Amino acid sequence: MAAHTDYLLHLADNALILGQRNAEWCGHGPILEEDLALANNSLDLIGQARLLYQHVAALRKDGRTTEDHLAYFRDVPDFRNYTLLELPHSTALAPTSAGNRDYAVTIARNFLFSALMVLVWESLRASKDAQLAAIAAKSLKETQYHLRHARDWLLRLGDGTADSHARMQAAMDHLMPYTQEFWTSSEMETSAVEAGVGVDTNTLRAAWDEVIDDTLAQATLKRSTTDGYVSTGKLCVHSEHLGFVLAEMQSLARAHPEAVW
Amino acid sequence: MSTTALKEWPLWEVFVRSKQGLEHKHCGSLHAADAQQALQMARDVYTRRQEGVSIWVLPSASITASAPEDKESMFEPAADKIYRHPTFYEIPDEVGHM
Repeated sequence: MAAHTDYLLHLADNALILGQRNAEWCGHGPILEEDLALANNSLDLIGQARLLYQHVAALRKDGRTTEDHLAYFRDVPDFRNYTLLELPHSTALAPTSAGNRDYAVTIARNFLFSALMVLVWESLRASKDAQLAAIAAKSLKETQYHLRHARDWLLRLGDGTADSHARMQAAMDHLMPYTQEFWTSSEMETSAVEAGVGVDTNTLRAAWDEVIDDTLAQATLKRSTTDGYVSTGKLCVHSEHLGFVLAEMQSLARAHPEAVW
Repeated sequence: MSTTALKEWPLWEVFVRSKQGLEHKHCGSLHAADAQQALQMARDVYTRRQEGVSIWVLPSASITASAPEDKESMFEPAADKIYRHPTFYEIPDEVGHM
């Protein structure tokens, strides 16, 4: 049971943290249309997170757990999202993480993650957890659009001007190593796969590689090496960035517990 | 093909069909680099509240419009010809809403 809900929390935390990150562009997008596109993307992701948190709360049946409790009253060591999703929208050597947001990083991350999630949601439609299967069917449509949006910009920026090409390549080089975490094993995933609830991401790897290689070739970008440090966010061991994300996201709910609209 | 860089993205007119069987209606315009991008942006800007099931975009430059100063000669002559409206017929009940 714990492994089952941990797996659901992993999916939910992925969606919530990336949704929160992408929402940082709200009011700051490079153009109005992209501002709205990213806000749409965030609302899709937060909607997915809500459904998954509600499902976890229903499974726990302890009369205490609610979706708000899961989103706003857990701390860094409780979150199970991939480290990739909590990183700021800036490349590694940016002087400040908030002041040096780079849209290329946003696009690269959305591309790498949504390319995976299209495959994950496709598989999870056959999950033995019927509620998860229904959430997967709904999320798949949203995620297909996220992939389309990110892929489109990746092609335009990669195969654009010398400057946009260089920035897109730098963003890819920065983020690609974090995708190693997609394929490492964890107890919650192994148990969820054995129970027929989850999907083994390694069975999706060849299909993911094909999407990545095909798109990068069209975008005239090189596939960066992915060796070195392997991140461990899904094992609850995070980068220094998640604490700042949570501080901003949770402060209101913690200052006014149980406030309602 | 000419590769002259544009300083600004061209303008596109957006038409949205709200449901099957109805016509596409003009709902606004936006700037985009090309038709495909205009279509995606139109989706994100104009159909967020389930406004549509189909979108058309077309370059604003391809529209030929009547000039506002021609309004009197173009449209006012129709003002006093009410006999052109089909309002002098009795419509049988069986026809229903027309």
